[in-house]
Parts: sequence; C-alpha cells; structure tokens
Amino acid sequence: MEQLLQFFFEYKEEIFIIALSIFLGIEVISNVPAVLHTPLMSGANAISGVIIIGGIILVGHADLSSFSLDLVLGILALIFGTLNVVGGFAVTDRMLEMFKKKKSRKS
Amino acid sequence: MNIVLGIINGTEYTIGDTLLELSYLVAALLFVVGLKMLSHPESARRGNLWASAGMALAMATTLFLHRDGEGNGISIVNIWIILAAIGVGAAIGWIVARKVKMTAMPQLVSLYNATGGAASALVALLEYPNAVAGDAGSLLVTVLGLIIGAVAFSGSMVAYGKLDGKVGDIMKPFMTYLNLVLMVVTLGLGAYIVVSPNPPTEMTWAIYSLLALSLIYGVMFVMPIGGADMPVVISLLNAFTGIAAAMAGFIYNNQAMILGGILVGAAGMILTILMCKAMNRSLINVIVGSFGGGVSSGDREQGIIKEINLSDASVLMSYSQKIVIIPGYGLAVAQAQHIAQELDELLESKGVDVKYAIHPVAGRMPGHMNVLLAEADVPYEKLVEMDDINPDMPNVDVAIVIGANDVVNPAAYNDPGSPIYGMPIIDAHLAKNIIIMKRGMGKGYAGIENELFFNDKTRMLFGDAKSSLQKLVTEIKTM
Repeated sequence: MEQLLQFFFEYKEEIFIIALSIFLGIEVISNVPAVLHTPLMSGANAISGVIIIGGIILVGHADLSSFSLDLVLGILALIFGTLNVVGGFAVTDRMLEMFKKKKSRKS
Repeated sequence: MNIVLGIINGTEYTIGDTLLELSYLVAALLFVVGLKMLSHPESARRGNLWASAGMALAMATTLFLHRDGEGNGISIVNIWIILAAIGVGAAIGWIVARKVKMTAMPQLVSLYNATGGAASALVALLEYPNAVAGDAGSLLVTVLGLIIGAVAFSGSMVAYGKLDGKVGDIMKPFMTYLNLVLMVVTLGLGAYIVVSPNPPTEMTWAIYSLLALSLIYGVMFVMPIGGADMPVVISLLNAFTGIAAAMAGFIYNNQAMILGGILVGAAGMILTILMCKAMNRSLINVIVGSFGGGVSSGDREQGIIKEINLSDASVLMSYSQKIVIIPGYGLAVAQAQHIAQELDELLESKGVDVKYAIHPVAGRMPGHMNVLLAEADVPYEKLVEMDDINPDMPNVDVAIVIGANDVVNPAAYNDPGSPIYGMPIIDAHLAKNIIIMKRGMGKGYAGIENELFFNDKTRMLFGDAKSSLQKLVTEIKTM
C-alpha cells in the first residue's frame, strides 16, 4: 500500500495525464458517423503504435558487445511496432482516399 | 545539443532533452488533433496524416536526442540497427496495406493490432529485468503491459484467423468457466511478480510463464466469440493495445506514449460500446457469447418461398421509381460491389432513383460497407444510413437485398424469442416489393430464420450475387 502511494506521488503528472486523456478520448470520438467507424478504428490502431518509441529506446541503449536473445527480441519489437504504425496509417489513408475521390468527382 | 540548460532534482538537462520533450508535446497534440479530424468525413484524411506526422516526429527525435540515465545518447551503430529494423517493418507494412483487397480490410486491421500488442508485450518483457524488486509501482505497469499486450496479440491473431475463415468458432459451455479460472491464475501470477521480494533476475521463470499464460488467455478469450462479433472484439483489443502502450510509457516516463496509448484506449472502448449498441447488445453479452447457438421460436408457420426469374426482375426494376439496395457481407464476399454500382448507374439512366441503405453493422465492421461501396465509385451521397432511410421505406418500389440477412430480419421487431430481438434493422419489409439475392436458403450469420423470405411481397433470386447482378445488367441493357 505504501509503495502504491509512493508510486502515485512519483508519477502524479502521468496519472493526471491518464485521467484527462480518458475524457479526451471519449470526447474526441463521440458523434462520429458510422461511416467512419472502420477508418477511425484503423487510425486509432496506428496511434497505439506509439510503443515504437519504447522499442527505439530499448534497442537504442542495448549493449551490442555480445549477441543476446534480448537484442533479437528488441529488434523484433521494433519491426512489429513499425508494422503497426506504418501499416495502420497506410491502410487508413487508403480507405479514406476512396471517400475523397468520390467527393471531388461529384463537385 | 549537449549544452546544459539547468538542473532539476539533481539531474542536468540539456537543449537536446528540452527539444525532445517539446517534440513529444507536439506529437501528443498531433495525435489528439488527428483523431479529432478522423471523426469528421471532411477532414478525416488530413487527420490521419497529422497523426502520422506526429508519430514520425516522435520517432525521429527519440532516435537522435534520447539519452539514458547516465546521459549517453544512442550510438551510431544502434541507430543503424534501429533504422534497418524500422525499414523492414515499414516496407512490409506499406506494401501489404497497399496491396490488400478492400474486403480483407478488417483482417488487416486485426493483424496490425496484433503486431502492436506483440511489440508492447516484448518491450515489457525486456524491461522487466531492469525493474527493482519491491518497487511495486513500476513492476505493476510492467506486468500489466505484458499481460495486456500479450492478450491483444494472441486475441487479435485469432480474430484475424476467424475473419479470414481459417479458424472456426469453438464454443463449449465449460469454456466460460475455464476462461475465468485462466484469468484468475494469470492475474494471480502477475500479482505475485509485483509483490515478490525476489530480484527480477531470479524471477525469469515467472515472467515467461506469465507471458505464456497471457498468450493462452488471449486465444481462449476470443475463441468462443462468434465470427459475426469480431468487429467488436477487434475494437476492444485495439483499446487493449493502446493501454499496453501507455503502460510502457510509464516504464520510460514518456508522456507522449501515455497520452497516445490512453487516448486510443478510451476511444477504442467508446467505439466498442457504440458497435454493441448498433447491435442492441451489451459488451458482456458479446464476450460471454450467448449468440448463434440460441434456439429461435422455430416451429411456427413459415409459408412459401417465391422465386423470381431474371426478366421479371429486370422489368420490375426498370419500371420502378424508387429503388433501395440493401447490401450485406454476401455482396462483399462475392466481390459484387462494382457490378452493383453498374446496375445502379444503368437504372439511374432509365430515371430510377437508386439509393443504398447502410446498416451500421453491415459488412464485417461498422462502416466497412461504406468503404467497399466507395471503392466501387458509388457516390457518397447515395449511401443513406438506416435511421434516415427507414421513414421513407413505404415509398420504395423495390428493396433489393444483396447478401444481407440479419439486418433486414423483422424478427428483431416481433419475435421476443429471437437472439436479435430489439436490434435496429432496415425496414425492407415495408417496401412495396422485395427482391432478395441469396446463394441458397442458408441462415444468416446469427443462425436464425428470416421471416422476410416468406413475406408475400418477397421474391427470391437465388445464385451468386455477382453473376446474378451481371445477368440483370445484361438483361436490362437489352430491354
């Protein structure tokens, strides 16, 4: 219990961010038309690829003097994270591109 | 970059550190603005670009400006390794995203969500040995990141398999209890790791067991859920991936990761609930999975099925004033959206008013049908949402149901025993004539009878949606 309180104090800014981000996330999404549910899910999915930053820090400070399983797993995490980010944004863009095309042709 | 600006809590900070944090702030703001823009049709595409720009910025500044506890930056060799790994991931991600068919879109989103979950679980796994025994707070976020990331990974893989038709539904009554036990054991082991006084280096067995248990739980969690509910599951797992990334943000004390992750977590949860609402079901109901196996009030008078031939159908359509096409997943599977658009254009040239009625859960994902029809050059204005078209249904001369079933099943209104009772539907039964294109007399995804098929106004046109539509187009052209 004491440790958790300590944790709260140590990370109080982050915990504030979490609390506010929850409301932000709800607020930003509400009123989205059903048409955009799939692209929105896909776009949000790409944003959850922020874990890539963790991957960069992890591999960035990895010890390269000897080969280790950890390094391989770290590189794997980087590849996975990039797949999530690049693939996610690319797929979202492709979906939205189609809506765009129709609009401009009509007008 | 290495000029020291000042000292906070005994730690020096440099211009580089400040720029890095500043770039995280900009990235976090771009995520929020991007997501906001993504929820409006006009700005959606730009929103996606803004969010990706934020991600690129955060990645670049981390690579060149991040310093570890001792103040060492990332060395050149490591930078090359990272760039190589990112290059591989980016190339695969980009090519697959560009090449994949639009019908396979839900699978792909699921697959990319799996990779995000895997990355989170791996990062947590690799950071665990650096944690200090007794530091319950940081152990807690590490363990949570590992569990949630691993569940998101294996769960998304199963969801991918189901959407791709590679994995079937396995639902046994005991699985609910088994899953409950599995969850308790997983969380128990996680709690043990958090409170254990042993240093992490002696707990390798425990963390790997936790990973294995979490992966198994992810599989078991998604396995009993019916294929039709996969969109809800993917959205939920998407929220999980966000939360797992935020947990890793704690490990690195990185606000951009925390904000981005929680933003996605909250947005994903809301999206999940919106999807459940569209099907008139609760999230619990979806997860526990009481769908599919349910017995409908079966033994009632069903009436007779009446077929229609192609020429009658073409005459009926050509001389109508108002036609509504109600597409379902069958249309997508048959890749018939392009030919449906051709039929639509042909009828329009004969002065028929053609609209598409889109049920919120038509296709395999909410909005999936809109994407598919947009791909086939159907103008955006012709896609009408359920709530807007229903009041107009009695004025419609022909409702053409293509590959849809449950979303037009009147049992949702008048059969309290039906699993879909209460679900909002498109009121096809109110139209003056109904033509249903179907492969055969199979039941819908929910596995229940559809009394619309036996309606007096209904005519069935059996066969593959694509070839039926093709023949209709040829028939109408020769008229």
